[in-house]
Amino acid sequence: MVRFILSKLLYLVPTFLGITIIAFSFVRILPGDPVLLMAGERGVTPERHAELSAQLGYDKPVVMQYFDFLGRLMQGDFGSSLVTKKPVLAEFLTLFPATVELGLCAIIIATLIGVPVGVLAAIRRGSWFDQVSMTAALVGFSMPIFWWGLLLIILFSGILGWTPVSGRISLLYFFPNVTGFMLIDSILSGQKGAFGSALSHLILPSIVLATIPLAVIARQTRSAMLEVMGEDYVRTARAKGMPPFRVIGIHALRNAMIPVVTTIGLQIGVLMAGAILTETIFSWPGIGKWMIDSISRRDYPVVQSGLLLIAALVMVVNLIVDLTYGLINPRIRVK
Amino acid sequence: MKQFLVFASALALSAAMAEAKTFVYCSEASPEGFDPAPYTAGGTFDASAHPIYNRLTEFKKGTTEVEPGLAESWEVSEDGTEYTFHLRKGVKWHSNEKFTPTRDFNADDVIFSYERQGKADNPWHQYIAGITYEYYTAMDMPNLVKSIEKIDDYTVKFTLNQPEAPFLANIAMPFASIVSKEYADALDAAGTREDLNNMPVGTGPFKFVAYQKDAVIRYQKNPDYWGTAPLIDDLVFAITPDAAVRLQKLKAGECHLMPYPAPADIEAIKADPNLKLDEQAGLNVGYLAYNTTMAPFDNPAVRKALNMAINKQAIVDAVFQGHAEPAKNPIPPTMWSYNDAIQDDPYDPEAAKKMLEEAGVTDLSMKIWAMPVQRPYMPNARRTAELMQEDLSKVGVSVEIVSYEWGEYLQKSMEAGRDGAVILGWTGDNGDPDNFLSVLLSCDSAKEGGANRAFWCNEDFSKLLKDAKVTADPAVRTKLYEDAQVIFKEQAPWFTIAHSTQYVPMSNKVSGFVMSPLGDFTFETVDIAE
Repeated sequence: MVRFILSKLLYLVPTFLGITIIAFSFVRILPGDPVLLMAGERGVTPERHAELSAQLGYDKPVVMQYFDFLGRLMQGDFGSSLVTKKPVLAEFLTLFPATVELGLCAIIIATLIGVPVGVLAAIRRGSWFDQVSMTAALVGFSMPIFWWGLLLIILFSGILGWTPVSGRISLLYFFPNVTGFMLIDSILSGQKGAFGSALSHLILPSIVLATIPLAVIARQTRSAMLEVMGEDYVRTARAKGMPPFRVIGIHALRNAMIPVVTTIGLQIGVLMAGAILTETIFSWPGIGKWMIDSISRRDYPVVQSGLLLIAALVMVVNLIVDLTYGLINPRIRVK
Repeated sequence: MKQFLVFASALALSAAMAEAKTFVYCSEASPEGFDPAPYTAGGTFDASAHPIYNRLTEFKKGTTEVEPGLAESWEVSEDGTEYTFHLRKGVKWHSNEKFTPTRDFNADDVIFSYERQGKADNPWHQYIAGITYEYYTAMDMPNLVKSIEKIDDYTVKFTLNQPEAPFLANIAMPFASIVSKEYADALDAAGTREDLNNMPVGTGPFKFVAYQKDAVIRYQKNPDYWGTAPLIDDLVFAITPDAAVRLQKLKAGECHLMPYPAPADIEAIKADPNLKLDEQAGLNVGYLAYNTTMAPFDNPAVRKALNMAINKQAIVDAVFQGHAEPAKNPIPPTMWSYNDAIQDDPYDPEAAKKMLEEAGVTDLSMKIWAMPVQRPYMPNARRTAELMQEDLSKVGVSVEIVSYEWGEYLQKSMEAGRDGAVILGWTGDNGDPDNFLSVLLSCDSAKEGGANRAFWCNEDFSKLLKDAKVTADPAVRTKLYEDAQVIFKEQAPWFTIAHSTQYVPMSNKVSGFVMSPLGDFTFETVDIAE
């Protein structure tokens, strides 16, 4: 197992270097630069442009800039935002818990609903439940998040008045950030009703963010289950007279879970993409909205280091998924 | 379920209001920081300069007139180069957990606030690495200010290199906010200089309490405010970037007032019995700038003919959905010296066709540049360009529409020899006509780094602007700008499109909000009914 983990970790090094190049180049390939965007309609003289670019270190050759960036990264320096002038890492750490909280809730909702629906659809293949749920999954998968979020706000917050419109907690509550996770901080604050308020603010955005992963997980579970149900060992188990519950729960589901776990892991990337829109519409102070703002302002340090941090995170999650396989299926460890 | 959710959300505001009067503003964007000097965004100034700070001069609420602020009065020397300000006494600085002021506001604070921006050797010039003072530079302060002297604790003298009539309006702008020298010294001693930008201390109507990045800003009424004390106890900015969501929050009672509604929502807001809508002509202009250095657009008759071929009212109706005033002058009607006697060129395709023929222009094809972004002065440039394309085809001019990414658009549209006419606009900084006319149409700004995208250099026009800039007498200045507008209309370097209307939706419970022609959102006069 140790060797297995080490080999996985070794793979991360070149991947990580590759990501630094992509993150660095991505924002520079976009036309326009931060100085021009800061000046806006007023314009900026060529001399002032050169002066500001030099101050920001963007007058050097791009390759030099890249190695500067890499050099500082090695020392744990992620740079500072051109706009707020604050360290990128500090901003990331402030906003990151909000995204994790939202993402975790979304993935939990997606898994807890998606897996059972997929299993049920597979064992009742062709039934009305199968057809309805798989059609719904297809609709969910193609749902434009922005529109979907606004629709839910108008229905549940506007017309029915069940949920708050946006934000993380009612403005009535004001307590210091301890963990950055509102659900935890609201309990720690000891203020009456704070936890309920935080939870109620989490409902709509996590449903919106969970929609696409939920659809994917349900469909993946269904097809994996169908495949496994046709295997010899399932037939044997049935032939032995094992109760259907055990056949499905132990023999079929456990084997079907391997592709499903992969899918859930891959959804982390999808979640990050969805978070950008979900956070914007629900005024959720997370890293998705932060990245979008920074890209539109060509805030190079935030975009490159932010992308890097996010990519590193996705890599870690994928590593955990790989290791989880090892637990579910011992054969993978040995390979 | 329902009960618990309602408890947590809808009742929260009213419960809060029962204890203290809390006013919630659904702001649009996160502030870049809380020191107004290094930043340029209006949303940043609404969160910093307006609630927290004051300036030597202030804009009188709801106008662009300059009135005394931290300077109680001032004298200007005969030649217009020396301004002596008499400072207000007994103005208290805010305190916070790290700082308790030991003295009132005085001349040291004024000198510190300006010198940190203007003097590269001031120890606070680079108190955050990479910081720049864009507005100080853009308003030409480095070339304008020769020296700032402390005469005594309550008298400061500014000496300028040349007379500058808009100077008093310039120093009422957010970048010129006065920060505390004593607070800066304390931060220096503590080694936490960046707190000047994170934990602001000012003299304004509201004290800064806390900022949760991208989520909430909290302020508290300043009980020692030297002006009229605010009527509300707490001010909260709930940052909500999406216009549709802001409106939902306003409707749900989660906030009391919001900026920038979507034009499509205006009618629904008017119809809502719980909301009201303030409106005002914006201090802006949207325009199409020809390249007046390139044939055939170097001929004023051709430009005039093209202007007469475009149906302006149709653009106002379709693109602005009627929420704008068709523009005939380069400055908006709310600005002093607006020349209302000027007649706009009529929409007359037949006459336009004839004028083009007379000018010897046949088979003209041109480019129209459409900006890729929405701005208050231009909600949809692509649609505007399409309408222009259609109109111009009727007089035999074929139009190709082009667009670039925003930063590139701004840069390329200022490159000499640019091919085509450019859609762009402007929103005023300080309410002075010079801030429109000189910036956008003078010879000085008709080169790279300027903003004269018509590359239009008319000596007579520029001379009028220069004279007006060094004249102190408002009546004389008004006349000069009125004359300048006549030349502008004759020469037609632009097709002036529209001045868009600003709307501010708010709850019926709100009273006392005053719209600012400069587009600022300030709350010291607002109140909420229980």
